[in-house]
Amino acid sequence: MQRIHDVGGLPAGPVDRSPHDYAPWEKKVDAIMRLMIGADLFTLDEMRRTIEELGPGAYEELSYYQRWIQAAANLALEKGLVTPSELGRAIEAAKARHAEAAACP
Amino acid sequence: MSVTVGTTVRVLQMDPPGHHRTPRFVRGKEGVVVGLAGRMPDAERLAYGGRGPDQPVWRVRFRQTTLWPDYVGDPRDTVVLDLYEHWLEPRR
Repeated sequence: MQRIHDVGGLPAGPVDRSPHDYAPWEKKVDAIMRLMIGADLFTLDEMRRTIEELGPGAYEELSYYQRWIQAAANLALEKGLVTPSELGRAIEAAKARHAEAAACP
Repeated sequence: MSVTVGTTVRVLQMDPPGHHRTPRFVRGKEGVVVGLAGRMPDAERLAYGGRGPDQPVWRVRFRQTTLWPDYVGDPRDTVVLDLYEHWLEPRR
């Protein structure tokens, strides 16, 4: 079985080498990951494993840092650092803050 | 026989579930060990929250023509991969 991340030697289109900026949330995801690994909450290897476990559909649809944050959330759940309902409340609260900020003139 | 510099090795042809660091394109292929990359923590255990003893990681050189049947470059071209010893079978 060809795993979704194991693409060495497969046909591919041209590589986009143009520089691009990262959105603030992407930088935040990077920082969160480094902090969690630095605090020994999990390893980079666990991150990679969890990203690979996202499955073909999610892996292809999500952007690079979307995969990271999804994997970090899954690992945090797996390790009991957070419960699904706690995570759900935090996500809803963040959505509400975002909507409020967007509504500001 | 054990793996050391100069040993011809075959990368195990297997496809286990789970996280490992051996790309598909090199599995089942023969190459020659050209150096020791080091003794490294075992990524296969780290990926599941374990640790275990460090494992030898060897630098293995493969001919491009071995890896890619339709390779059109210079037949002397090679590529070197760092591979955990537990994926290598010494041949000669």
